Amino acid sequence: MVHAIWIALFAIGLITAMVNGRLEEVSEAIFKGAEEAVVLCFGLISVMVFWLGMMNIARKSGLLDMFVKLFRPIVLKLFPDIPASHPALGYILSNITANMMGLGNAATPMGIKAMKELKKLHGGKDEASRSMVTLMALNTAGLTLIPTTVIAIRMNYDSAQPTEIVGTTLFATACSTLAAILIDRYFYYRKIKRNGSR
Amino acid sequence: MNWLTVVSLWLIPMILLMILLHAVIKKVPAYDVFVEGGKDGFQLAISLIPYLVGMMVAISVFRASGAMDVLVQALTPLFAFFGVPADIVPLAFIRPISGAGALGMMSDLIATHGPDSFIGRLASTMQGSTDTTLYVLTVYFGAAGIKYIGDALKVGLLADLVGMVAAIVIVTLIFGS
Repeated sequence: MVHAIWIALFAIGLITAMVNGRLEEVSEAIFKGAEEAVVLCFGLISVMVFWLGMMNIARKSGLLDMFVKLFRPIVLKLFPDIPASHPALGYILSNITANMMGLGNAATPMGIKAMKELKKLHGGKDEASRSMVTLMALNTAGLTLIPTTVIAIRMNYDSAQPTEIVGTTLFATACSTLAAILIDRYFYYRKIKRNGSR
Repeated sequence: MNWLTVVSLWLIPMILLMILLHAVIKKVPAYDVFVEGGKDGFQLAISLIPYLVGMMVAISVFRASGAMDVLVQALTPLFAFFGVPADIVPLAFIRPISGAGALGMMSDLIATHGPDSFIGRLASTMQGSTDTTLYVLTVYFGAAGIKYIGDALKVGLLADLVGMVAAIVIVTLIFGS
């Protein structure tokens, strides 16, 4: 699926550029896009090292486990195929919490760590397990309580009420998160049904 | 407004302090453990480079070639039918594909129409209410070495669609047009 999207974006872009005579812009875009990606990754190093280090402390001291215990009923409902005491749960919870608080920087390292734990749980296979797709769905829906970046930009442009969009944002993000969970469930059970009837 | 800025200002320091104090209580050698855990971070960030370079080059080629504009123009009448202003359509499309692109577009819309205009509020809500699906997918599955992603992309994009529709509906209801 990602292969198809990647090739489609790339090939359609190149062909359109040829037709439109925008080859110069496109060759510039190639190098700009590549540079942007590398800059982004280097920016991630500092954040990853810091938050993974802090999370390691929280894990070793048992703070992460306490946190998991608090929310266990909800998380186990969402991720029924993870054993109740598996370390992946702690990372998943930290990932979701960081996202909710608008700390995207902190959320990414924990989400990646959670994915790696889920992969181990899935026998190290290179296909996504049910829990991985659910975690992915939650992350792409981006449940946020405080959209910090947007508020900052609105302040920059002298909004009379930079935070007036918090309520509407919360509503929209709740809808997309709920939709993500339901659609994820739907696809999962549809797959089970199909495999069962064969 | 005030309590929100206070919360976001205090949140991270509070979390950090809690982690450190708990480590002291449990007698964990915090600094050593921090360094040990942080080591993974470097490897992880570097290993993402090829995934992101591939994806971001394809996206910027798609945008620079004018293909994005063609797509948006073709679909604008459909959006107009549902009462969505044409200016907002490109943002709805770029949001799941490119986070940086969407942020730029949102800032542009706010600069042009004003942050407190209908379009400014709608753009803010759209930007804040969802994450960049393609980026999240590339980074998370790339780092974990997952090749076969199952239904993840479909689920992500469909949820984005629901989020966009919800944003339009709620902003229209609350702020009117």
